[in-house]
Amino acid sequence: MFARVIEADFSQQALFDELCQHDKASQSGAVVTFTGRVRDYNANGAIDGIELEYYPGMTEAALQRLLDEATTRFNLANAGIVHRVGRLENQAQIVWVGTCAAHRQDAFNGASYMMDMLKQSVPIWKKEWADGSPTWVAAKGTDSDAAMRWLTDDKDN
Amino acid sequence: MKVKFFAQIRELTGTASVEMAVPENATVEGVRQALMARGPSWQEALSVNVLCACNQTLCDGATTVSEQDEVAFFPPVTGG
Repeated sequence: MFARVIEADFSQQALFDELCQHDKASQSGAVVTFTGRVRDYNANGAIDGIELEYYPGMTEAALQRLLDEATTRFNLANAGIVHRVGRLENQAQIVWVGTCAAHRQDAFNGASYMMDMLKQSVPIWKKEWADGSPTWVAAKGTDSDAAMRWLTDDKDN
Repeated sequence: MKVKFFAQIRELTGTASVEMAVPENATVEGVRQALMARGPSWQEALSVNVLCACNQTLCDGATTVSEQDEVAFFPPVTGG
């Protein structure tokens, strides 16, 4: 498993290879990866890149906890998560998650769970630039709803 | 005790961290109140929409803290 906060760009192929190399089942039937990129717009119009701030130490620990939770919950054979910080241009890669599991549903669910919970529980803050000035992004209700979906499932189980 | 600030809260207070003395049996809420008394910008930064962590774990205001702890205040997260 790997959880990283980095400034430099990443290679999806390199992360995929690393994920599969340490796959505990050595040949999981399903590998799912997700990559998030910077959109070039927000609700008010065009934007010109973003900037991400984090809490060194706590952010890495929170990412690691997400990996542990997803691994247990979806019986993953391996999982990884990488989040970039600093100034990022439009269309740049921001975040990557990858999961290995025996079957696709667990791999999809594990990746989806990590992204939903990341947006709710990992200390990272986003600023959007437009017309040369930055604005902090407000937390979205839809992100909270997405995370609640998993928490509600917990209650039902 | 070390207190750290992030994002809007860091910008409004004008600092990423402060050292402050805390009385025995202090709580995170007590620390927040003491910081808000520092002036209008501190009041604005810490009055609403604030999450807190003690030793890099999310906590609530009732958490008790001592000199050795690291407390942090920050807004709801927006990563991903």
